[in-house]
Amino acid sequence: MDITEVPVSQDNKGKKKKNKKAKKKSVSQEGNEESGGVETKEEKMEKSEPAFPPTFSVSEIKNKQRRHLMFMKLKQEKRKVKTYKYHKKEEKEREALGDKAPPKEVPKTIENQRVYDETTVDPEDEEIAFDEGTDEFSAYFNGLTNPKVLITTSDRPRGRTVRFCEQLATVIPNAHVYYRRGLALKRIIPQCIARNFTYLIVINEDRKVPNGLVLCHLPDGPTAHFKISSVRLRKEMKRRGKDPTEHSPEVILNNFTTRLGHSIGRLFAALFPQDPQFVGRQVATFHNQRDFVFFRFHRYIFKNEKKVGIQELGPRFTLKLRSLQKGTFDSKFGEYEWVLKRHEMDACRRKFQL
Amino acid sequence: MGDTSRLCSVWLGSETGILKGVSLARKQAFNFCNTSHLSRDQEVRALCWGDPAESELLVGSVDGTVKTFSVEKGAFTETRRCGDPADGCFVGLASLSGSALVTCAECGTLRVWREDGGGSEPAAELDAGKNVCRMRQSPVHPHKVATGGKENGLKIWDLEKPEKPVFAAKNLRDDWLDLRRPQWVRDMAFIPDSDKVVTCTGYHQVHVFDPSTPQRRPVLEVEYGEYPLTALSLPAGGNAVVVGNTHGQIAMLDLRKGLVRGALKGLAGGVRALQCHPSQPLVASCGLDRFLRIHSLEDRKPQHKVYLKGGAGATGGAQEVKEEDDDDDLWETMERVEETPKRKPTEEDEGIEEEELQKKSKKKRKKGKD
Repeated sequence: MDITEVPVSQDNKGKKKKNKKAKKKSVSQEGNEESGGVETKEEKMEKSEPAFPPTFSVSEIKNKQRRHLMFMKLKQEKRKVKTYKYHKKEEKEREALGDKAPPKEVPKTIENQRVYDETTVDPEDEEIAFDEGTDEFSAYFNGLTNPKVLITTSDRPRGRTVRFCEQLATVIPNAHVYYRRGLALKRIIPQCIARNFTYLIVINEDRKVPNGLVLCHLPDGPTAHFKISSVRLRKEMKRRGKDPTEHSPEVILNNFTTRLGHSIGRLFAALFPQDPQFVGRQVATFHNQRDFVFFRFHRYIFKNEKKVGIQELGPRFTLKLRSLQKGTFDSKFGEYEWVLKRHEMDACRRKFQL
Repeated sequence: MGDTSRLCSVWLGSETGILKGVSLARKQAFNFCNTSHLSRDQEVRALCWGDPAESELLVGSVDGTVKTFSVEKGAFTETRRCGDPADGCFVGLASLSGSALVTCAECGTLRVWREDGGGSEPAAELDAGKNVCRMRQSPVHPHKVATGGKENGLKIWDLEKPEKPVFAAKNLRDDWLDLRRPQWVRDMAFIPDSDKVVTCTGYHQVHVFDPSTPQRRPVLEVEYGEYPLTALSLPAGGNAVVVGNTHGQIAMLDLRKGLVRGALKGLAGGVRALQCHPSQPLVASCGLDRFLRIHSLEDRKPQHKVYLKGGAGATGGAQEVKEEDDDDDLWETMERVEETPKRKPTEEDEGIEEEELQKKSKKKRKKGKD
């Protein structure tokens, strides 16, 4: 069976490609003989297969069956590239060549292709350093105030949102959850300031699921409005550790490079107390990638100097910034420092704001 | 220092007291600072030209000082103390025929200061009500100023007769529930060829007042958007006005009928100041997103965008933007940009020719089919 299959398939191909095969032979012969023949090149291009001019594409073949076959061949080759054998072969070749091997091609990713943002903060910039030294967070970063967070929701929250708030309160030290009772935020804010709260977090709920977050820095600070997605509560986490303890976690802020990103990063940093308790071995991470901020909460343990084990505890969620407003919450009359304008800003896939 | 300052065609003030000059040819912003120590007290609140020749800038800061900046020298030449910080920040600065200076603070005290002699005492003082948001001077009659604020309607004052306003606007009629309409005048401008004044409010309305008529209510009311309008500017044409709101939406409104002509896209943060070029159809806008943008008013496309090292100045609070007059050297670059409109007529001609050809070919095909 095996022996007979191969010639059958060849024959089939041969039948379909009779003309082609005949031409192939003739062309290959010509190719071998004439290496510099300019006049016959055009003829070759019309009939030939093995020697294609570089701008040829499969779609230019007018005959559907031949085009289909060429396309299948192309696909097979592409599939081969992805296989293990092919990679092993390449590696061997690379090792064989040693120093002369061509450099490894770096695959293009959206992060690689990111358009350079002129608002990227240069760490040594004095102006920006001064600005950050005197902005609304300066009291926190100079060690003068300790964060005290009030977490509340939109009116009449349901199951998931309530549990999410409770879990957030365990993750953020010195956080208090209060039931909203239909009160207006503009009235709550002066009372919070009077009671020395530094942050107000309002989780907005839609159809029993949290979908928005308003983070307001209290004395007179900026208000950020985020969209929350993919909330995973503790019960839903796989391979999670035990509940977080009362120790203050360390904070990791990844990839907040632009000026806007800096402001948001500082907003997140000021939620947690300045001195983390390393005894607790807990860490909260805010990772920014492609304008989405991913929040994770882990407990780590160093097995030896080079190996760390981590356990994910606590809720995980993703945030996307929708607007940053100067001053405390005032959506009607406040001045916005940055507003997400989807049609203008999302037009380029490689341009990010944070 | 002098040469960089002479290059700059647009001037902005920032929240940290740094005066930024932007050179559009080089797409760069230069900082000019009075003291080596920056502080938030020096936040620039008002900016105006010291003289018609536009060689000196008057910079008003939060702490009540007015500094003079010479464009030729590229440095601050003098500082004057014009009011207490307790009065509130400056909402308007204007210069009167050279030697005198008019300042208005947020609490309403409008003062005229003479340069010679009276260092600590104003020559004239009047009270423009509480919570003044803006004071502007008429370009035609320098002794006429307009003020307006929150729950403080538009008032036009003649500085030679400081007791009573020449024109005090009435609030709009009560609404359909017979409730008093709130008023909040954010910015105003004098329309050049007539007596009219156009204002923009925090309740997303644009009003035109005509003091020559007995009607004290607005002659024209236009609504734009849903957010407070923060800045206003009149382009050279005369029938239009450019307004910006806290969401970064800038629009051109036509004052003849009260329609929105078009919006200028690009700003991501609230607009703090808008300024139109005196003769060319260009408008410069700066806002809380720390960019200076220049748009062309004809095709509403952005021409220039300069990042103002926020950082400091975080030109987040940049205020008035002033442009120099037709200075050929500086605006030559702008002319290059404007070449694209010239190409349009030729493109249109080509388009028309193509259409004609297509029509001819269609006709031929139809004949063939028949």
